[in-house]
Amino acid sequence: MQTTATAPLVQLTGVCKAFGPLRVLEDIDLDVARGEKVCLIGPSGSGKTTLLRCVNHLEQPTAGHVYVEGKLFGERQVNGRYLPLRDAELARMRSTIGMVFQTFNLFPHLTALQNVSIGPVKVLRQSRGEAEALGLELLAKVGLAEKRNVYPEQLSGGQRQRVAIARALAMRPRLMLFDEATSALDPELVGEVLNVMRQLAIEGMTMLIVTHEMGFAEEISDRVVFMDKGRIVEVNGPHELFRRPQHARTQSFLSAVLQKKPFQ
Amino acid sequence: MPTTLPQYVATWLPEMIAAAGNTLRMAVFAFVFAICLGLVLALARLSGRRILAGAALTYVEVIRGAPALALLFLIYFGLPSLGIVLPAFLAAVIGLGMNGGAYVSEIYRAGISAVDRGQREAAQTIGMTSGQTMRYIILPQAARIVLPPIGNYAIGLLKDTSVASLIGASELTLRARDLSSEYFMPMQIYLLSGAIYFVMAAPLSAGVRYLERRLRRGR
Amino acid sequence: MTAWRHFFAILPECLLILLRAAVTTIEITLGGLLVALVLGLAIALLRRSSSRGVAVIAAAYVEVFRCVPVLTQLFVIYFGLGQIGFRISPLPAAIVGFGLNGAAYLAEIYRSGIESVPRGQAEAGSAIGMTKRQAMIWVILPQAIRISLPPIGNYGVGLLKDSSIAVAIAAPEITFAATNLINQTYLSTQIYLLMALLYIAMSLPLSHLVRRLERRSSRGVRA
Repeated sequence: MQTTATAPLVQLTGVCKAFGPLRVLEDIDLDVARGEKVCLIGPSGSGKTTLLRCVNHLEQPTAGHVYVEGKLFGERQVNGRYLPLRDAELARMRSTIGMVFQTFNLFPHLTALQNVSIGPVKVLRQSRGEAEALGLELLAKVGLAEKRNVYPEQLSGGQRQRVAIARALAMRPRLMLFDEATSALDPELVGEVLNVMRQLAIEGMTMLIVTHEMGFAEEISDRVVFMDKGRIVEVNGPHELFRRPQHARTQSFLSAVLQKKPFQ
Repeated sequence: MPTTLPQYVATWLPEMIAAAGNTLRMAVFAFVFAICLGLVLALARLSGRRILAGAALTYVEVIRGAPALALLFLIYFGLPSLGIVLPAFLAAVIGLGMNGGAYVSEIYRAGISAVDRGQREAAQTIGMTSGQTMRYIILPQAARIVLPPIGNYAIGLLKDTSVASLIGASELTLRARDLSSEYFMPMQIYLLSGAIYFVMAAPLSAGVRYLERRLRRGR
Repeated sequence: MTAWRHFFAILPECLLILLRAAVTTIEITLGGLLVALVLGLAIALLRRSSSRGVAVIAAAYVEVFRCVPVLTQLFVIYFGLGQIGFRISPLPAAIVGFGLNGAAYLAEIYRSGIESVPRGQAEAGSAIGMTKRQAMIWVILPQAIRISLPPIGNYGVGLLKDSSIAVAIAAPEITFAATNLINQTYLSTQIYLLMALLYIAMSLPLSHLVRRLERRSSRGVRA
């Protein structure tokens, strides 16, 4: 693996994950190019979320490896053997990948602004002033500048998720992971979060997105990955995959999900 | 010589209030000892180092298995045979503190594990190390969760100082025993000492209930 | 070292004496627990009484016993009642004292158990025509007591250890027997260590049992 301009930003090779006897991911290979938006879709339990969590080593793959910008992620290689990284090194690597959770996971004891600025202050050692200026800028970007001094419990779900996105962006990530970012939201709040994600996509952020919003996936992604039973079944451009799925399993999944709004 | 109950109470009360001061001092010293020892034990148990965690676990299990009184007796009556003679007050502070440390460490541990797993993960994704995650994310939230049980522990400790009278440490219950053997009026004297304990503990108890109610509502 | 040699020579005898006293420790624990279980439930129910006076008195009982040391309560019952003509021997005095004290704690445990049964349960009860009282007896309490079992178990283990305080009113339990032994042998370190080990041997298995109970009930049954 060497770093070249054409190397994919993220590369997964032979990634497997098992929880005890339960095999959740089987031999996943996936590349994501710089600036590319890739959506992961599939039935629940298909391994999408685990795959996402393997990218930043929230879950350690049982086999296989993750490369970011051509560099081995979350592990080091010594004499041909792969060893886990020390805590501090893993933390430094993780800081370059943003992640947005289904359940937001905002820090309840911190205000919106503190949530966004704590990473830059404690991890990147920026001055408080600098970090808060950046934090305000990002809160403004997600439309929540006026909520800067509000604690998470006083925010709606959609607002919380937008703060969580700002928190991730504050680390100036090379890649953003979205794990069902809108699944826990009331239907009328989904739009505001999708708008922020859309804006990020336009700005050229590399994004790996687990979602159930098929319309959004078709609109935003460069490629869509369909997963089932821990394997990648089909990868294709969004229009091809949604309109002309090749595999029977993709077809039956899509027809089940999209039965109310048929294409063609 | 007093003849009516109010006169008796007026004779006893100043002495008992002075002794209650000792009770409070003993409780405060033992409390500080216990919350520090408890934090050390809890962090040792969560450290992931087997020997450290095992030692802490053994301490907690052994101490929690035996009565506090046994520890006090060992420290006060047992240590002199090893050439260590402690004044009763100090022996009580050490004994109650060592005993409390085991309980407090369990409270901390429960508080730390009550913080949602997602909090740890969110901290990890913005690049915090385990130490930073513990310090900036987990502990501030755990502190809120453990406050009511720590308050309950403090109430229990305030009352448990009475046990120190059994090794002759000068505090409220010992004073009450002395007075009752002097005046032969145990009912009145022990009820009075009970009332003094109540006056000291009731505000704490009200505080704990307030905290519990506030925490149940959310932040 | 000679002290230890002497101790090991008389160890079987000491152990026998302490084990005999352990019977009294267990009597105090079980007796006190029984009183506390019954009285505590009554107080918990009285706290929910629609009569404000009754509810306040029940709450005051809990607060007073929560804020006064059990040792003081034992002294009032044993020495205080003796003074005004109600002589009780140490063992029943200890059972009554720990029982009255424990009732306050168990009332709180029952209360939070009752409160943690979802409101929908009572509503479902009244929807099938139960009175409030019937819903409490047949729907709420069975669930609340199930929830309360682990903390009650913890309380029982605590009581086993706290019963050592009964030495102060000369109840012939383990601590009392140990102190007597020391007065005869002067082996304070050895005998208090032996005593502590005996308590640990009794309480550790019990608290492990409670922990298993906790794990089981945290998995729980969901309707």
